[in-house]
Amino acid sequence: MAPATVLRGRAFVLGLLALAACSKSTSPGGSGMSSVAPKPDPRVGLKAGMWDAGQASWNLRMVSTTPPSEKFAGVTNSDISFLRNYAIQGNYNGFQVWDISNPAKPTLTLGFLCPASQSDVSVYKNLLFVSGEGNSGRVDCGGQGVGDTVSADRLRGIRIFDATDIANPKYIANVQTCRGSHTHTVVEDPRDKENVYIYVSGSAGVRSPNELPGCSRLAPDKDPNSSLFRIEVIKVPLANPAEAKIVTSPRIFQDLTAPPEHGENPVDVAESKKAAAEARAKGGYTAEIQGQEYVLPPQMIDPMLDSIAKSHGGTKPNGADSAALRTALPAMIQARFGAPPAPGAVRPGPTQCHDITVYPAIALAGGACGGYGLLLDIKDTPNPKRIGAVADSNFSYWHSATFNNDGTKILFSDEWGGGGQPKCRTIDKPEWGADAIFTLVDGKMVFQSYYKMPAPQTKFENCVAHNGSLIPIPGRDVMVQAWYQGGISVFDWTDPKKPTEIAFYDRGPVDSTKMGNGGSWSVYWYNGYMISSEISRGLDIFELTPSAWISQNEIDAAKSVHLDYFNAQDQPKITWAPSYALSGAYLDQLARSGGLSSSRVADAQKALADSKLMVGGAQKNALLSLSKSLEADASGAKDPAKVKTLANSLKDLAAQN
Amino acid sequence: MKTAIQHTLRAVLAGLAIAAGRGAPAAAQSVASNTHPPYTPADAQFMTGMIGHHAQAVLIAGWAPTHGASPSILLLCERIVAGQGDEIDLMKRWLSDFGEPVPEGKAHYMSGMDMGDMDHGGMPGMLSQAQLEQLDAARGPEFDRLFLTFMIQHHKGAIVMVDKLFGTQGAGEEERSFRFASDVYADQTTEIDRMQKMLAALPPSGSGQ
Repeated sequence: MAPATVLRGRAFVLGLLALAACSKSTSPGGSGMSSVAPKPDPRVGLKAGMWDAGQASWNLRMVSTTPPSEKFAGVTNSDISFLRNYAIQGNYNGFQVWDISNPAKPTLTLGFLCPASQSDVSVYKNLLFVSGEGNSGRVDCGGQGVGDTVSADRLRGIRIFDATDIANPKYIANVQTCRGSHTHTVVEDPRDKENVYIYVSGSAGVRSPNELPGCSRLAPDKDPNSSLFRIEVIKVPLANPAEAKIVTSPRIFQDLTAPPEHGENPVDVAESKKAAAEARAKGGYTAEIQGQEYVLPPQMIDPMLDSIAKSHGGTKPNGADSAALRTALPAMIQARFGAPPAPGAVRPGPTQCHDITVYPAIALAGGACGGYGLLLDIKDTPNPKRIGAVADSNFSYWHSATFNNDGTKILFSDEWGGGGQPKCRTIDKPEWGADAIFTLVDGKMVFQSYYKMPAPQTKFENCVAHNGSLIPIPGRDVMVQAWYQGGISVFDWTDPKKPTEIAFYDRGPVDSTKMGNGGSWSVYWYNGYMISSEISRGLDIFELTPSAWISQNEIDAAKSVHLDYFNAQDQPKITWAPSYALSGAYLDQLARSGGLSSSRVADAQKALADSKLMVGGAQKNALLSLSKSLEADASGAKDPAKVKTLANSLKDLAAQN
Repeated sequence: MKTAIQHTLRAVLAGLAIAAGRGAPAAAQSVASNTHPPYTPADAQFMTGMIGHHAQAVLIAGWAPTHGASPSILLLCERIVAGQGDEIDLMKRWLSDFGEPVPEGKAHYMSGMDMGDMDHGGMPGMLSQAQLEQLDAARGPEFDRLFLTFMIQHHKGAIVMVDKLFGTQGAGEEERSFRFASDVYADQTTEIDRMQKMLAALPPSGSGQ
């Protein structure tokens, strides 16, 4: 009698807990277990203010916010890199090194004054690299600007520091480049342990050859040594980094002709088909060019009909002539379509890359270059080779790229307006200023969908897709991304056709009466936390909270990933050590998706929980037994692959015993 | 008394500001904010001129829906209207923040206007009255062809203006000026490339005008 009562009691309590866990919370910014985003969106109508703006968050919480230190306040904070327990935050005045051992209370280790825009920072072992492209950056770190159009004082390129003692970095060298460095990417060559490489993306004006010999702003057909149409590769000898220099300038844009578009907007295609059908019904002539149907104008058709008529001695085209034209038209259009561009045309292709993200573990890089998203083979690190290119038929010009961890997807983001403009108003198209998601198979990129942070922002909030990184949740592709004053957005792009927002944070505008300077420049996941460089407000640190979209196990599995350093544009291959959180995460995903029947999920959850209470051989056997039964489930399950992944993870976990 | 002096002072200051905006020698005044590189009259001139330049782009791109443009031209024009429209606002803000006079930012055009001396030989690449009328008269594929041809010319002019800015002593160093001019360069060279490909892909024009 007693056990039955106890059981009933426990079941009752468990039932209550389950109910509470799944209750829908509609409180604005609340962290209820609803998978439905709060409506109305709490990011709309937030109070303005620099230090006291209204805030809204969903499925994450702010751990700390730390204003910039004195010498950097009121100056734009830019990108961040991480080294051990330090966040190194770039600023147009130099960089700040924050000790984030206690994320609730970051402390300033060092503020290094050395103005340059944009001061993008990277780290590698004991080295620190800072990008400069603006005309006012000085080699001597002065803040007064340079003035002269040609000057030996100017720094446009990469500053190199020895940061063996991070509290006292030593400025040891500069590598000047012809177009400066808007951003740079550190690339490790697995075959070359003596050196590290830097891909430099310079997109600003070309310097005078009087300032830096060899720079040329002429097009390559006028000067084969043109500084346009190329990236620079710097080789940094680790034993002697002061000897760093440019070793190659790969022309990865060579021979990019007609942009391989991801396909016309389906609305456009439908419209053009409709117009063509209507024209034909009226006896008009149409032709298909690049997948779109064109109605050919009388000015074009009449002379052709006339010449057909004349060819048989007629003066006026008859029905047979029209028929003959219709037959011959497709071939004629094809032949004419191959005509070369008008004389005097500027050489086609982008002249620069904005950003390049490398993924050395799969020997690929994604380059956002002009109107193209490029795929590069980086096996030969100093000589990246272009192997693929896509363009956006909605005229987005991409600024950066991110791969998913498996290397089966690539995302390009369109920083429309350059980051200083409001592009998240209700009048702004969702395809513009957004992310474009592609699948990537055998070097071929295929467009799938767009993602844009969905909350409308005011016209006084600069907002557009900017920097972010993957959140290391096993079994899913989840990214956290900065949207300037649009805040930060966490989205799941596991299904490339249906990216979905699953967490967010936003503040009200800096100023409700005019465009203010603020917003998240970058937000990255690093060793358990999401760290955002807020342009004006400083350093924001966030933590995921469990929700219907991300379980505690998934958060714990993500937090179990530890890196010694992190540069967002140098993607590491993420792997997960076996753990209860890892297996629990896969099981939670199967529950969420229905990939395994709910009764089997419940059984497995119980078995897993029970095994946790065991020790030694008993635990090992329990895990192996669960693994075996799941393997048997796989073939009948809706998601056999994930069930097998789960089964394998349990075997790995058992082996740890 | 006090009022009269204030009026005089205001007028003198206004005069100075206007003089600065209209091409005072580069070596003359520049305004620093904090320790950051100052802006120069050349920066202000660039912004002022580019507002007029952008305004014309917004005007002619705005004709696409009424002039029978093809779907891809329509989309391109929409992006130009939105993008350059917002950039006009950015430039106006810049000028206003630095106390410089702010132009209206709207192109005035009427078919048949006698522009006389004011025909837009003004900024590099801008369309003349004759070119505007030619474009305004075009419809359908002819509009497409002329629009692309003229906008390529227009964009190339913007690049010339950016090059001129960076070639001027002290100019293009102030943070926002550098950023904006660099963005114009990057965006418009990209669009030139795209438009050239679109132009090459158009059905060949008929017997001409």
